[in-house]
Amino acid sequence: MTAVLEVAGLKTHFFTHAGVVKAVDGVDFTVNKGEVMGLVGESGSGKSITGFSILGLIDQPGRIVEGSIRFNGDEIANAPEETLKSIRGNRISMIFQDPMMTLNPVLRIDSQMMEAIFAHEKVSKKVAWERSRHALGLVGIPSPEERLKAYPHQLSGGMRQRVSIAIAFLNKPDLIIADEPTTALDVTIQAQIIHEAQKLTRQTGTAMIWITHDLAVVAGLADRISVMYAGRIVEQGLTDDVIDRPLHPYTVGLLGSVPTANKRGERLFQIEGMTPNMLALPEGCAFAPRCRSASAACKAPPPITHIANRDIRCFNPQAQAAAE
Amino acid sequence: MTDTTLQSPAPAKVKVETPFQRFRAEFFESRIAATAFFVLVIIMALAILAPWITPQNPYDLAQVDVLDGRLPPGSEAFAGYTMWLGSDGAGRDLYSAILYGLRISISVGLASGVIALFVGMVVGLVAAYAGGRTEAVIMRVVDLQLSFPAALVALMLVAALGKGIDKIILALVVAQWAYYARTVRATALVERGKEYVEAAQCLGLSKTRVVFRHILPNCLAPLIVVGTVQTAHAVSLEATLSFLGVGLPQTEPSLGVLIANGFEYMLSGRYWISVFPGIALLLTVASINLVGDQLRDVLNPRMKK
Repeated sequence: MTAVLEVAGLKTHFFTHAGVVKAVDGVDFTVNKGEVMGLVGESGSGKSITGFSILGLIDQPGRIVEGSIRFNGDEIANAPEETLKSIRGNRISMIFQDPMMTLNPVLRIDSQMMEAIFAHEKVSKKVAWERSRHALGLVGIPSPEERLKAYPHQLSGGMRQRVSIAIAFLNKPDLIIADEPTTALDVTIQAQIIHEAQKLTRQTGTAMIWITHDLAVVAGLADRISVMYAGRIVEQGLTDDVIDRPLHPYTVGLLGSVPTANKRGERLFQIEGMTPNMLALPEGCAFAPRCRSASAACKAPPPITHIANRDIRCFNPQAQAAAE
Repeated sequence: MTDTTLQSPAPAKVKVETPFQRFRAEFFESRIAATAFFVLVIIMALAILAPWITPQNPYDLAQVDVLDGRLPPGSEAFAGYTMWLGSDGAGRDLYSAILYGLRISISVGLASGVIALFVGMVVGLVAAYAGGRTEAVIMRVVDLQLSFPAALVALMLVAALGKGIDKIILALVVAQWAYYARTVRATALVERGKEYVEAAQCLGLSKTRVVFRHILPNCLAPLIVVGTVQTAHAVSLEATLSFLGVGLPQTEPSLGVLIANGFEYMLSGRYWISVFPGIALLLTVASINLVGDQLRDVLNPRMKK
């Protein structure tokens, strides 16, 4: 399998008045062609910042301080704006969380879609319109001709997210970064959108990074899962391995807190404590203060170890604990 | 695809109210606003049609007879027509002079309003989008400008530049651009933080395109409101300058000049020379302001009941 994206040692820090926020602090992962990678973590764990770092859209006072991002073999971390602009929306595109907010309320759907084409290609209006219509059809929007003439407020949330997905696939990108694209939708629509995205990645061979805090979503969708905590990936492996036999105590906790039919009537597991303050991360393992298995060794930062077919940052990996 | 039918209703063939229709209905909900709009339309029509509906061209000295000077309303002019609103000291038929004056006042107000809007809009957008030091410098200039009363700025400029329509317009633009810049910057800052701007950047669009095609159209509502109110302000500011004698020349009287001309006769009972142009000015400014107020109420979603 060929790698579309290789991220190594990525560090994105924000230099605020209160101190340095290490939003992303040494992240490594690879996404292969046609593969869906689930990037899971709670709010503030740095998953979205990882996505924006790849696109080079980190605003002041943040910047990529270290690491490499290789896209199709080319280094794009801190690449010149011109290079990044030609990649954005063309080779790597993005789907956002809130479909109510990501479409410009005053522009018609067709102008927003055609604009995405014109930004990267010189084609006639007719060709661009035809491609937009085709793209809307692909994401399962009925009578796309009429939808093209509509304004965003005339469409439902699910419909708008389909439009966003259509825009993301418009230029046949190699990679799509989906930043919690189903969080703002209700569950039935969520399932449809996931189905649609999955179908399209299979058809087009587009790789996808699916950022979410919902393990249940990626369990059925992703080929591989990376779990992020406080700016680092703490566990990374094939979806089945991670879901069935989580090793990192944090993953175990996350999985334990997902309601399932077997746990009916029982109290759900809860990870104690709060997300750490990103300005004052604990020494060593950032999860240690909330961890049940923490030991004296956890005072030092755990290195990446490769065990049981996955990469993990933990001194005390759990064994088979979460299944129960 | 089976699931698509679940959530997408068949395109309705019912006639949908367009945003403009809704806007129109909401605007005319208020009787005061409707009246003001009606008055404004009449004033505009009178001003535009002035050469065809007045008995005299007050700018043509051949048609103005000094012997007709200071005649009370209803008198007959030497040329044979009735001066329904009387005449001023120079023998100008006041009805004609007021309509021609309205033309000048309104066109000066509109021209300066539009130019100031354009200048302020570009400056405000640049400030909001550039951020950092550029923004700080621009906004401090705006603050400095706004700390002087507009009338004072305009007065100083006209005193330095001299008389003439172009100079008046320039002075009004300088006095007013900052209001637009501040409004646009405030709105654009809010819009800039919205996700659609980020999404537009993710599409690889250029900065100018993001600013002018995505952010700007979303800032128009407050701009329209400020534009209306500032145009009314420009009209009265021009009248003020002309009244003080630094505005438009005597040969092409605007409303302010007419009021000033009649001022010396007020105490001798010849009220009409000042009062009628004054009423015309009052009606113009008040109707523009009322229309502006209603626009603000309709265009601002937070004011909706």
